[in-house]
Amino acid sequence: MYANFDLLVPDELDQALTMIGGAKTAEDCAPLGGGTNLVVDMRASGKAPAALVSVARLPGLRGITIAEGTVTLGAATTVSDLLRDPRMLEVGAAMVDGSRVFAGQMVRNTATVAGNICCGSPAADLVPPLLALGASVTLRSAGGERTVPLDEYFTGYKTSVRRPDELLTSISWPVPAENSASRFYKLGRRKGDAITMVGVSVLVGMKDGVCSEVRIALGAVGPCVFRAKTAETVLKGKAPSPELVEQAARKAMEEAAPIDDVRATGAYRKQQVQVLVRRLLNQTIESLS
Amino acid sequence: MTNVKTRQLSVNGVKRTVDAPANETLLETLRRIGAVEVKCGCEKGDCGACAVLLDGEAVDSCLTLTGTVGERAITTVKGLGGAENPHPLQTAFADLGAAQCGYCTPGMIIATQSLLTNDTDTPDEADIRLALSGNLCRCTGYTKIYDAVLDGARAMREAEAAK
Repeated sequence: MYANFDLLVPDELDQALTMIGGAKTAEDCAPLGGGTNLVVDMRASGKAPAALVSVARLPGLRGITIAEGTVTLGAATTVSDLLRDPRMLEVGAAMVDGSRVFAGQMVRNTATVAGNICCGSPAADLVPPLLALGASVTLRSAGGERTVPLDEYFTGYKTSVRRPDELLTSISWPVPAENSASRFYKLGRRKGDAITMVGVSVLVGMKDGVCSEVRIALGAVGPCVFRAKTAETVLKGKAPSPELVEQAARKAMEEAAPIDDVRATGAYRKQQVQVLVRRLLNQTIESLS
Repeated sequence: MTNVKTRQLSVNGVKRTVDAPANETLLETLRRIGAVEVKCGCEKGDCGACAVLLDGEAVDSCLTLTGTVGERAITTVKGLGGAENPHPLQTAFADLGAAQCGYCTPGMIIATQSLLTNDTDTPDEADIRLALSGNLCRCTGYTKIYDAVLDGARAMREAEAAK
């Protein structure tokens, strides 16, 4: 490895919060989760924060709890943990979709859910499902903790409201209401080990024949993952029809602002947003009726 | 040089004392102390050649900082078996021609062992494709490797049933 840094391995969360508590910027001190992004970035750039606090194995930070209508993931829960818990299909099917196309086995065994959020990549595969599920994140510092809707967490390309002295300690979302379903689809060059060209996740809840809940989240088509809220309002509170689905898909395409890069052109990505939003909405709605 | 610490590692059941700087990866440490059966490929978590088991779960050692390993048991492909006492997966890979240059084989076998012990001992082709999606082979194509996984898994189940 070519980057230099100090590695701190606390035994308890309180120690970790003290260690990171003095950080004024992310260059002073940063949390290290599974390291599957950070170690690669440090090796490529030769740059690293002055200190890293290893949080992936802190006691109490790994695990999936479903209680009182809420699903809670400890920050250090790995992608493989999601795949190995059969309850996830019930309470967050889109997360299972995202986990199955997430890198390769060794990375899934190591990468944490919090790490996927904190890296802030617009192509992160767990973030669109989490946005579709209506997730919030808990940020904790030595001084206290706060809960932020994931929808308000990202502020731009790899930037967020998390302060350098805060750790993301858990992720939670309400258990989806009855008669609702969620999905995620990743458009990539290959099925495995690929970086997402376009990621789309939808959640639809049906009640009395109308779409009582609609969330559509788009990945890799903007500076951060975001919800296509204009598209959501097209369907929300209405009885679904092919025309409305088509309209929502078009709105989502208009909301997407992708760039050209090595993986795909922006124009192709925009077109695929329309195709995939239409497809996922149709599949989700059909699965409910 | 970043801070060097003396660390205790458990490698294939043997306690090893190593001096490792904070920025050293497990791959670098293992190869430095002679465990060269762990291969260095892409060093960015794409190819899986460096895979080892940590407490039975396959990880890329190139992405793991040695200082974060702690007490966990490290198992390399040599820890599973060798020429004298081959593991059923090693036998299956050899018998079915699932290795050509052999560079990816240690990682393939480690990833397979992790699949069979953590996820399912009766994998179908979809399970195998998912489990080996982070292991690249540039020689054989993957057909013979998938065949060897199926064959090795069957041999392991039979060995387990005969106990």
